[in-house]
Amino acid sequence: MSVPPPRAEGAFPSAPVRPKRTLSLKQRQALWAYSFLLVPLAFFVIVRFVPTLTAFRMSLFDWNTVGTEHPFVGFENYTRLASDATFGRALRNTAFYALIGVPAQIALGLGIALLLSRITALRGLLRALYFIPYVTPIVAATWVWQWLLSPQFGPVNTVLVTLGLPAQSFLTSPDQALPSATALVVWQNLGFQVVLFLAGLAAIPRSYYEAASLDGANGWYTFRRITFPLLNPTIVFSVVTGTIAYLQLFTQIVNLNFTDQGGPLQSTLTVAVYIYQVAFGRFQMGYASALTVVLFAIILVITLLQMRFLTRRFDY
Amino acid sequence: MSAHASLSLDERRRRPLRERVTTLSAYLVLFVGAIVTLFPFAWMLLTSLKPFAELFTLAFLPSEPTLENYRTVLGQTAFVRWFVNSLLVAGVTTLSVLFFDSLVGYTLAKFDFPGKTLIFVAILSTLMIPTEMLVIPWFVGVVDLKLTNTYFSILFPGLMSAFGIFLMRQFFETVPSDLIEAARIDGMNEFGIFWKVALPLVRPALASLAIFTFLGNWNAFLWPLVVIQSPALRTLPVGVALFSGEAGTQWGLIMAASSLAVIPVLLVFAFFQRQIIEGIVMTGMKG
Repeated sequence: MSVPPPRAEGAFPSAPVRPKRTLSLKQRQALWAYSFLLVPLAFFVIVRFVPTLTAFRMSLFDWNTVGTEHPFVGFENYTRLASDATFGRALRNTAFYALIGVPAQIALGLGIALLLSRITALRGLLRALYFIPYVTPIVAATWVWQWLLSPQFGPVNTVLVTLGLPAQSFLTSPDQALPSATALVVWQNLGFQVVLFLAGLAAIPRSYYEAASLDGANGWYTFRRITFPLLNPTIVFSVVTGTIAYLQLFTQIVNLNFTDQGGPLQSTLTVAVYIYQVAFGRFQMGYASALTVVLFAIILVITLLQMRFLTRRFDY
Repeated sequence: MSAHASLSLDERRRRPLRERVTTLSAYLVLFVGAIVTLFPFAWMLLTSLKPFAELFTLAFLPSEPTLENYRTVLGQTAFVRWFVNSLLVAGVTTLSVLFFDSLVGYTLAKFDFPGKTLIFVAILSTLMIPTEMLVIPWFVGVVDLKLTNTYFSILFPGLMSAFGIFLMRQFFETVPSDLIEAARIDGMNEFGIFWKVALPLVRPALASLAIFTFLGNWNAFLWPLVVIQSPALRTLPVGVALFSGEAGTQWGLIMAASSLAVIPVLLVFAFFQRQIIEGIVMTGMKG
């Protein structure tokens, strides 16, 4: 992003000169711009930036909402979280969700979008069908999945048993709960991912493909040399926003086990759910703030790394 | 394939056949995928129509479909109240986001002023701040200002969105500057130009921003869960979640409530579908 060079005064005709005008055109433009930005900027400062700084500050205190005293404890909260086994567990789980979920949803979404872009009849209908899970309220979808995967009466297990396979415990077993929960999140996001890639594919000029097929390029070659590079911005966008979303996974996980958040033996616990438990279950706001600072640092580092290594320029 | 202009008759007949096979297999994969994708959704609807006795029998179709679950949900829970609360919160935030995000997006795309890039980067950087980090200070602030149990406290965090500003800026970039210049020459004031000239040109973007904002707030869970203390103010996700927690095994009711919660979103989507696709085209294009 670069600011274009300033225009010379009078580069374009302006309104008839009024005798009272003392501001140059550029200054007037700037004044209008600032007046438009005044309220929104105030919002971003008051509702986003100040609370962020507050969270940093609170992380240095023993801030228990139950008491009225908030003693300053320096970095004590941070030394404590370094040896917090549950937090470690939550971090590992969150890494699993992101590392499995993001690539899975991008690969599936891209595959479906490529197939959809090949067909003409019924395309709209199929696209809509894939989009429905995305518009299903998250809480509702989560309850449906619990019911589907339920060990005793879930339809998935019934199918397995009918096929002569052993029934699985899915969300109720410490080993299977995490992959099952990941599948739920991928399923929910897939529709959006498909639409995103369809849009990216639609933006690729047809002439490229025509040229490729005239040159006798086969399907795989065309995909590797045309489709994939030109989809790069869409893929980067999906990876970055997808990762940020997965690192903050909360609603699905908290609802999968509303009474026992975190699943069997904390196997589905995410950083966000743990923060919620510490802040609003145990009322340890200071400690929870320290946890959010760590989460923020993780998101920041990962996002910057992704931006750095994923955005490449393709010149044609 | 060879690049010969003249193909033998044989080759000409073979190519369509091969293409037809690929197309057919594409349809096959897509339909199987769609069935798998839709199964949970269909199951939710069908379960909501089953009488209690049939819930655990695993029949895919209810043998005697009944609206009993819906009657109970609507009659014996605060469902309608949650629904109205959610509509109100999602509606107000959506209107606010549409107005402010377009205004900011337009300003960043079409004006030149000192600090423009800095402001844009600052707004975009807020996307990296996790909600969890903000929720704790928000909560402390709301309690301090004695604003708990007000609609305002539920909806203020969503009144503007950095993502929407990014999206609208992308779109306003495509509005020809000549049009804006021409309106200036006609002596229109700057807000008038934004409102009457630029905004109508980005309808598709507004539609997609509207739907994503609405959906996001319709699904909002963490903050409402934290800030709402009075049952009368519960939004739909919070209401259903707490109800599920309390009701435990009343699957039929949970499925009926969930099915009802899908309706407004589906309606909005059906209404805007074409523009949404157009809108997303722009988002994923130039990151």
